[in-house]
Amino acid sequence: MKAKFLVPLFIFLLLAGFLGYGLKLNPREVPSPLIGKPAPTFRVPQLQVEDKTISPEDLKGRVWLLNVWASWCISCRYEHPVLVEFARTSPVPIVGLNYKEVRGDGALDVKGLDPVTELASARQRARQWLVEHGGDPYMVSAVDLDGRIGIDYGVYGVPETFLIDQQGVIRYKHIGPITRESLRDVLIPKIAELQRAS
Amino acid sequence: MLMRRVALVAALLLPVAGQAGEAVPVSDDPVLEERVMRLSHDLRCLVCQNQSIAESNAPLAVDLRNQVREQFLAGKDEAAVVDYLVARYGDFVLYLPPFKGATLLLWLGPGLLLVAGAGWLGWRLRRRVREVPPPLSAEEHARAAALLDGSAKPSQESRS
Repeated sequence: MKAKFLVPLFIFLLLAGFLGYGLKLNPREVPSPLIGKPAPTFRVPQLQVEDKTISPEDLKGRVWLLNVWASWCISCRYEHPVLVEFARTSPVPIVGLNYKEVRGDGALDVKGLDPVTELASARQRARQWLVEHGGDPYMVSAVDLDGRIGIDYGVYGVPETFLIDQQGVIRYKHIGPITRESLRDVLIPKIAELQRAS
Repeated sequence: MLMRRVALVAALLLPVAGQAGEAVPVSDDPVLEERVMRLSHDLRCLVCQNQSIAESNAPLAVDLRNQVREQFLAGKDEAAVVDYLVARYGDFVLYLPPFKGATLLLWLGPGLLLVAGAGWLGWRLRRRVREVPPPLSAEEHARAAALLDGSAKPSQESRS
């Protein structure tokens, strides 16, 4: 009982430990329940080639990245140069998911816009943005006009990136802009691991 | 081969069907709206995490309310809609987390703390009853008597 005076100190250290750990957690990073599950399927128009569609089915048998982006997304501007650079040496295709290009832009009034006009407008805006921001790192971009594909993938903030394996299973989700560090330390090793597994 | 063609056509039509559904912004059925809002109050908006999707005006919250409405219109019940959202966003979308392994401490923690606190308090109280203070010496008796009848000033020692 001599060490009784140390009890408050221990309680303090315990609390400090918990709170310190809490500080390191990022509440914006919600773990995805889709890890280990088949990537939700879709088939939508491509961004660059007008008469073609794209579906995850088209990439079966390959490891690939699905990068959710939009021209109104500010963080995407920081991510974009990293992706353009990575695309030059990337061992896997980067597929873009252009998310709510027109509707997602709060500055636009899109009420009553018909799908054909919206698709044309999305293509025009997204292509121009790619040209202005250093090029197109995507093998192909899917156009998700109404954000439905985004919901199927549990997207809640752009940019987000999914790593999908040969069987079409989501293996990893990166939330927020990809940086050179996260590429080097996380994504590239994970890609290599998946490619070795095949 | 024919099956695959049919499947392909169906897949191609999917996005068209999706866009057609979106044209209904807010239904004018008050009963349905009431159901949508009631469920939406229990769902967390992932963009502004301290708001429910009923309260938030973040674009994602609007989209998710539309999803809830659409699924109700398609005949799904509350449990099915919740399952749909949990499959995409995880238990985090629920303001009322489910009772399972990972949430055991969350649900039982307060009860455990209460039981532990009450147990500790009971233990302390019982110990206090058992602790009888030692009897006063003759000298302490004399000082106490003097203090009680006012004939002695409290010493520095007794005041501190």
